[in-house]
Amino acid sequence: MPGNLLHSAQHFALGPKIIGMSWMLPDQASTYAPDVDNLYMFLVGLTVVLTVIISGAILYFFTKYRRREHSDPIPAHIEGSVILETAWSVIPFIICLFIFAWGAKIYLEQYSIPNDALDVYVVGKQWMWKFQHPEGQREINELHIPVGKKIRFVMGTEDVIHSFFIPAFRMKEDVVPGPNRYSTVWAEATMTGKFHIFCAEYCGTGHSLMDGWVTVMSDKDYEDWLAGGSGTGTMAEKGAALFTQYGCVTCHRSDAQGQCPKLEGIYGKSQDLEGGTSVVANDDYIRESILSPMAKIVKGFKPVMPSFQGQVSEEQLQQLIAYIKSIGPPEEVGAKSVAGKDTTKAHGTGMGGPPIMMTGQTPANSK
Amino acid sequence: MATTETETRPQGVDTHADRPRGLVHHFDNMEQQREAGTLGMWWFLLTEIMFFGGMFLAYTIYRHMYFDAFAAGSNVLNIWWGAFNTAVLIASSLTMALAVYHAQTGNYKKVTFFLIFTVFLGTVFLRVKYIEYSNKFEEHVFPAGDFRWPIEEKAGPPQNFGDLMLMLVGLSPSGEHKAIVDMQSPMPGNVTTAYAEGGSSYSVAGNIPVEASDQGFAGHVRLYFWIYFVMTGFHALHMIIGIGLLLTLAWQSWHGKFTREYHSYIELTGLYWHFVDIVWIFLFPLLYLVDRHL
Amino acid sequence: MSSIDTLPTEANAQNDGPVLNYLNNGHGIRSWLLTKDHKRIAILYLISVSIFFTIGGIYALLIRINLLSPEGLFTPDTYNRIFTAHGVIMVFFFLVPAVPAILGNFLLPIMIGAKDLAFPKINLLSWYCYVVAAILALIAILGGGIDTGWTFYTPYSSSYSNSNVLLAGLAIFVAGFSSILTGINFIVTVHTMRAPGLTWFRLPLFIWAHYATALVIMLGTPVLAITVSLLALERVAHIGIFDPALGGDPVLFQHMFWFYSHPAVYIMVLPAMGVVSELIANMSRKSIFGYKLVAMSSLAIAVFGFVVWGHHLFVATQSVYLGIIFSFLSYAVAIPSAIKVFNWTATLYKSSISYDTPMLYGLGFIGLFVIGGMTGLFLAALGLDVHMTDTYFVIAHFHYVMVGGSLMGFLGGMHLWWGKITGRMYPEFWARAAMVIQFVGFNLTFFPQFILGYLGMPRRYATYPPEFQVLHVLSTAGATILGFGMLMTIVYFIWSLKKGQRATANPWGAAGLEWKTSSPPPTENFYTQPIVTTEVYDFEPVDKRDMFGEYGRPPQGVE
Repeated sequence: MPGNLLHSAQHFALGPKIIGMSWMLPDQASTYAPDVDNLYMFLVGLTVVLTVIISGAILYFFTKYRRREHSDPIPAHIEGSVILETAWSVIPFIICLFIFAWGAKIYLEQYSIPNDALDVYVVGKQWMWKFQHPEGQREINELHIPVGKKIRFVMGTEDVIHSFFIPAFRMKEDVVPGPNRYSTVWAEATMTGKFHIFCAEYCGTGHSLMDGWVTVMSDKDYEDWLAGGSGTGTMAEKGAALFTQYGCVTCHRSDAQGQCPKLEGIYGKSQDLEGGTSVVANDDYIRESILSPMAKIVKGFKPVMPSFQGQVSEEQLQQLIAYIKSIGPPEEVGAKSVAGKDTTKAHGTGMGGPPIMMTGQTPANSK
Repeated sequence: MATTETETRPQGVDTHADRPRGLVHHFDNMEQQREAGTLGMWWFLLTEIMFFGGMFLAYTIYRHMYFDAFAAGSNVLNIWWGAFNTAVLIASSLTMALAVYHAQTGNYKKVTFFLIFTVFLGTVFLRVKYIEYSNKFEEHVFPAGDFRWPIEEKAGPPQNFGDLMLMLVGLSPSGEHKAIVDMQSPMPGNVTTAYAEGGSSYSVAGNIPVEASDQGFAGHVRLYFWIYFVMTGFHALHMIIGIGLLLTLAWQSWHGKFTREYHSYIELTGLYWHFVDIVWIFLFPLLYLVDRHL
Repeated sequence: MSSIDTLPTEANAQNDGPVLNYLNNGHGIRSWLLTKDHKRIAILYLISVSIFFTIGGIYALLIRINLLSPEGLFTPDTYNRIFTAHGVIMVFFFLVPAVPAILGNFLLPIMIGAKDLAFPKINLLSWYCYVVAAILALIAILGGGIDTGWTFYTPYSSSYSNSNVLLAGLAIFVAGFSSILTGINFIVTVHTMRAPGLTWFRLPLFIWAHYATALVIMLGTPVLAITVSLLALERVAHIGIFDPALGGDPVLFQHMFWFYSHPAVYIMVLPAMGVVSELIANMSRKSIFGYKLVAMSSLAIAVFGFVVWGHHLFVATQSVYLGIIFSFLSYAVAIPSAIKVFNWTATLYKSSISYDTPMLYGLGFIGLFVIGGMTGLFLAALGLDVHMTDTYFVIAHFHYVMVGGSLMGFLGGMHLWWGKITGRMYPEFWARAAMVIQFVGFNLTFFPQFILGYLGMPRRYATYPPEFQVLHVLSTAGATILGFGMLMTIVYFIWSLKKGQRATANPWGAAGLEWKTSSPPPTENFYTQPIVTTEVYDFEPVDKRDMFGEYGRPPQGVE
């Protein structure tokens, strides 16, 4: 599959080369980058055509109907033409509908987060990007990912609004501070190489210094890089340690004797809440439960959980989420959910897999 | 134009003799002038609706998100004062309308009287708001610095008419009518503020006990109070401006500026005053009556 | 009958122009600073707006100089204050007031045959609000600066920025009042003070455009006022409305801010479109093709402009479904603008086209607005916007519509009506040269930015990867040329005040009531009440040497 995608991406890249326009485009390094570029080229063409038509008409009239001062009579009054005016209202509108639909289609593709993706956790902070891999590696301003694999970026911010932008992927989303405010985007890289990462939302003095590089590597290179490892344990392992350190384990007991809901197996499942509504236990929900536990109370339980706002950092939150995900149900391949929406049909997790291994083995599906 | 620019006047031609008093130079007749003034004031009020609308939008969004906190905060407000103020303001709209009526019949003494009466009622409104704001400061719910939640004591409403008069003029009622109500018993008519023994938790709508230490909830109540103070504060600011306008008009009316034909300013200020009243009619239930039960 | 202020004799009028007109009816600073004459107020605006445009332009040049190389000239902190100053000044103190407060104030009453606006004192008050606001903004900018961007996004502006946000917010609040007061005046004047015979569909398109603009001003600006007030309260007292740590929502600020700021861009462009209609019609001596549809399209833009603000939030964690709705509506708002462009072009068919500067600006507007408008379609496409938002593509887009559009429209109007306003004509050769230089400079500045944006160059960046440098250098070269062209215009306009050829009532042979009075007009605009009996843009042979026009001739005899 990756091979086909790579092939077609390069095939398309040939198109602009033939008409000499590839210098205007960044590398097409993701599966949906060619789609975005196709729409762009269509609009460029449309703009050129319209500009030529209008400027051409103007220049033509400008020369043909130049006023010759002394002999020129006053031009005849032309009120309008219902046919023409209708035509140039309706036809542009139809073209606009077409463009709208095309753009919306690409957008839905960009924001339909696949559930069978590798997770990368991102934290934006003045003025750097911090990355955590589930296997435990942490990077600052540099990100290594494998080619041909879907990557899900789960992103938060520690302070102000930033925006995570990789032009080569045609991917961007803001990260907004707040208790239930994870931004999630995804991409599948189609070529190896180094590509820019930028912060695209003005965030203060170091906004223009908040750039970095994403290095897309072949599977084998990525394996080697991962094996180099951080030595301090996977995110889930770190999360397990925090789970004990902050005392969560005293209430959220796996034998369901505590005052709080059991957390094994809840990730991605629908939770019934007090008051009759329900919600899917996704990353946003877990984060909100830690920071603002009163916002959603699980049915049958009392609102006694304290808030950890201000005690736990963004990265620790992501580690805790990775832990809860690791004790969740196994993934369902191919399931998708639309970013930011609770769809009760969403199942599955990112990494899924076996529970925490304290011995430092890497999880199964990184092989 | 007459005093600040030099101009030559043609001799023998008095250009202003046949113009009605109060008709400015760029309008052709009084009717056009009145129409323009009225249209202008309605359009200005429309911009005011958009201004308050922004605040109502913020209120709506946060009330939807944090209903329980809004209910808790709202229940701390004193609906007796709020209802009293509503009555006062509606009465002031009546006196304003009467002032306009008498302006239309040319009775400038009555106009002055009713304008002053309106000012008086507006001042009573502001005095009550001052009492409420002071109470909120003392209860530590003014959302800056010393904000504390839940509140530990609450100033009570006037128990009778005598109390009301004393409080309005700034004297505390004496004797057994303490201003602070004992917080162990629930507020009359208000089942949602039953306080548990020990005082560190309370129940709100839906009987969900809330830990006093929950920063999030207290923060949301604080947000409610900010919205309360900002909305009523801007409203009070508009009332102060209105009172200033009314005093000016009263003074002008007393000196005979207005006639049966020329009294637009009174009508237009009446429109403004009614608008300020209507904003309060919306503010009162939205701020004071969140999740109250009989 | 209007009141008679003065009676110049015809004899001396032929040689020196009208002896008494609004410019010399009253001397001394008090007669200007306390005037109620809409024309004098327009001149006051012209002076103050021009000063701030120049300041904003200087900041623009500083931006472009910094971006000549990745090393830059300024520290990032200084650069951030520079681009914020440029944005705040240009948006609030040039683009919003320029056409309405200068050309609108001057021409609206005259075009409808009235003696003044409905509320002259409120008109003067609006100028004072502008001046106070502008001074406050200048203090904020020069006294340390603001570094939030003109969009003041929270929580950076409310909790993190170490700059004069409060003062800037106050300045914007007061500037909003200036705008609102002008808007009220326009709407009431058009409704209640039209001359006899002037029905709605005989109004010049300039009036329709300003009416629509006034609607947008009235309904949108108060929301900016409350947004800025809440931001100020958030900053001073940490009320928590936009602060997530206190339960607030930073994206709420964005919604409230753009609820005004999107319609605001129509405040900036609609009046210029009204000017372009006048330029095209008058300089080709032909009624605008499809007049009614163009008039209605102004109203349509005003209405639709209010429901598209969410297209600024496509990647701001706004719901995907909301994004789809806003994208659809954004395409709807493009259609009325497209209609105008087509109708203007069709007007030129079988017309009589003058090659004078106003026409050049009008045609320049159309060409550049096509590019600016079309690139808006790029940004309204959701999937494409994900890549292009917050990049230089957006900057190029809005500069095409604001500079290539609004500024060209403004300059075209200034040239068309310069004789009417000042009594002197500008030098035609230098004006054409300046226009061409501006046109070339403008395109060289901003076209490379489209490419930069798509390649990924984000906006508000003080430095950049070296592969972007060539395009930045081209852009800065263009900016220098554009700046030089603007300087030419300022210089010859000032020169013309003393040395320009004296203007007659109707030097262009144009249609419209403003051309039927003298240049400059008398204080009361007309000596006799105009009565309208013909349709709009009804061209007829005109004696271009006539000094007074049909309604500007002072009464005979009395000395």
